[in-house]
Amino acid sequence: MSAPGRKPFHHMTAREIAGGVRSGAFTAKSVAKHFLDRVKKHDPKLHAFLAVDPDVTQVHAARVDQAVAAGRDPGPLAGVPVALKDNLCIRGLPTTCASKILEGWRPPYDADAVTKLLAAGAVPLGKTNLDEFAMGSSTENSAFGPTRNPWDLTRVPGGSSGGSAAAVGAGLAPLGLGSDTGGSIRQPAALCGIVGAMGTYGRVSRRGLVAFGSSLDRIGPLARNAADAALLLSVMSGGDAGDATTLREAPPDWAAAASAGVAGLRIGVLRSEIASDADVTARQDAALDALRAAGAAIVEVTLPHAGHAIAVYYLVAPSEASSNLARFDAVRYGLRVPADDLASMTSGSREQGFGPEVKRRILLGTFALSAGYSDAFYEKALRVRRLIANDFAAAFASCDVVVCPTSPFPAFPLGSKADDPLAMYLCDVFATPASLAGLPALSAPAGATPSGLPVGLQVVAPALREDQMFRVAGALETAFGPAPLPEAYR
Amino acid sequence: MTGPFGRDDVQKIAGLAKLRLTDAEAERFAGQFAAILGHLEKLRAVDTEGVAPLDHPLPLTDVLRDDVAVRGLSRYEALCRAPDMTSDSFRVPKVGGDIEG
Repeated sequence: MSAPGRKPFHHMTAREIAGGVRSGAFTAKSVAKHFLDRVKKHDPKLHAFLAVDPDVTQVHAARVDQAVAAGRDPGPLAGVPVALKDNLCIRGLPTTCASKILEGWRPPYDADAVTKLLAAGAVPLGKTNLDEFAMGSSTENSAFGPTRNPWDLTRVPGGSSGGSAAAVGAGLAPLGLGSDTGGSIRQPAALCGIVGAMGTYGRVSRRGLVAFGSSLDRIGPLARNAADAALLLSVMSGGDAGDATTLREAPPDWAAAASAGVAGLRIGVLRSEIASDADVTARQDAALDALRAAGAAIVEVTLPHAGHAIAVYYLVAPSEASSNLARFDAVRYGLRVPADDLASMTSGSREQGFGPEVKRRILLGTFALSAGYSDAFYEKALRVRRLIANDFAAAFASCDVVVCPTSPFPAFPLGSKADDPLAMYLCDVFATPASLAGLPALSAPAGATPSGLPVGLQVVAPALREDQMFRVAGALETAFGPAPLPEAYR
Repeated sequence: MTGPFGRDDVQKIAGLAKLRLTDAEAERFAGQFAAILGHLEKLRAVDTEGVAPLDHPLPLTDVLRDDVAVRGLSRYEALCRAPDMTSDSFRVPKVGGDIEG
């Protein structure tokens, strides 16, 4: 597909693609065709996508090409295909949340983040796989089958945004959207060797994101480099009347921060009792050496209550989920299993429609909120949640960002944790503290283990200081080089 | 949780959550919850005396939009995705039967 002298589109950054489309060097339709062809060729092995409709993609691409032809600027993401996690609503494609209860459902409106993307010229490439209702850390909880890691098809891509991470990791899409409630963007980004970021809670409107844990849910970018991730987050950020929790502040130009370097930045390394794999620790040490060489000051910090984050998270998130998922009552939309009375219809439809992990979380949350237990569990968790937020505030007195591994281990084999929910929950041990505190955080590639599995470094910044985390991600990219594509996808 | 978490406890919670479970499922969940709640109970040891609950990461105040009518979903759009509907309402089987006086 590539013209002589031009590198193939999947070797370009999103900004290079947008630049070429805006200048008329190539068309959005040719870019869309290239990535649709790659999906067709590679996705049967990966199963990153749940829905691809070439007509939908090409109509959006044509709209961009028409704007260019008419002399209008389609925007900073002109003609850039974006893979959308299938819990984000867009008209023209189904939104299933990888659940049988929503199989075939088509939303009547676009998510606000999607509206902003389309207004910036982006082209939807398809809907990607996830753990059902974004509940999981491996994408094995999908009702439609697991996604595989492009670095090793016998391993998981992480989760819950595993489809978007695998698609971007394999170069099937230049950009992806995920949602992060307790690590669901950052952990799959780490396991697939790419950048995954979320802004401060409230930067991106949640309207049109199917709700899981409303005080935690955030939409964010997956990309092959820091500046692309920063650009995508900037485009999606900003106030929305459809979500009263969005921040009104106009987002700064975070893409510029990705090339600002880390000279003078104080990086707080989390000292933790939580053990990581030796290979992961070795890559963190290499990353810290690189950041020190680039002019950052490395200090040590502690978050005394972070060890409780998993317990807090697995009370707060399921509690909110049990309330949010009450809307699946078989009346207004979704699966209905017929019955003679309303109560049986609802409980029977929920039995058939929800998978085991979703049921576990609904039950856990219903229990944590039930009379006689809510003080001991839910309220207690919220008090410790404040202590974790206070820990970060104290740490930021002596540093500009806190860093730690994104995941304590690299991608694990499919099935290895599937029968042990608690072991799966512990995947999120480093990711959940920033989620609970509402802080911006990202995972940046930090090289690979000796056996070739990617490792991610997590960077957490103070509220509204996303620029600081993008500076670190950009500096790591400068030190380690651009994120490589796995050999089979080059 | 005090005491063991059994199959009947799981079924009671499932009833609150309007979720039908087979006894085999309830049995399996009971075993898993024992492990999960064992981990979650470690929170009890944390000193939270005088600490206010943090239910939301933002210091939110009420945000009111202007009192201007905006167009929502049309009746057609609201109804057309329902599993069963008439031209102006959702249709469901009879309500009641299991409701206690």
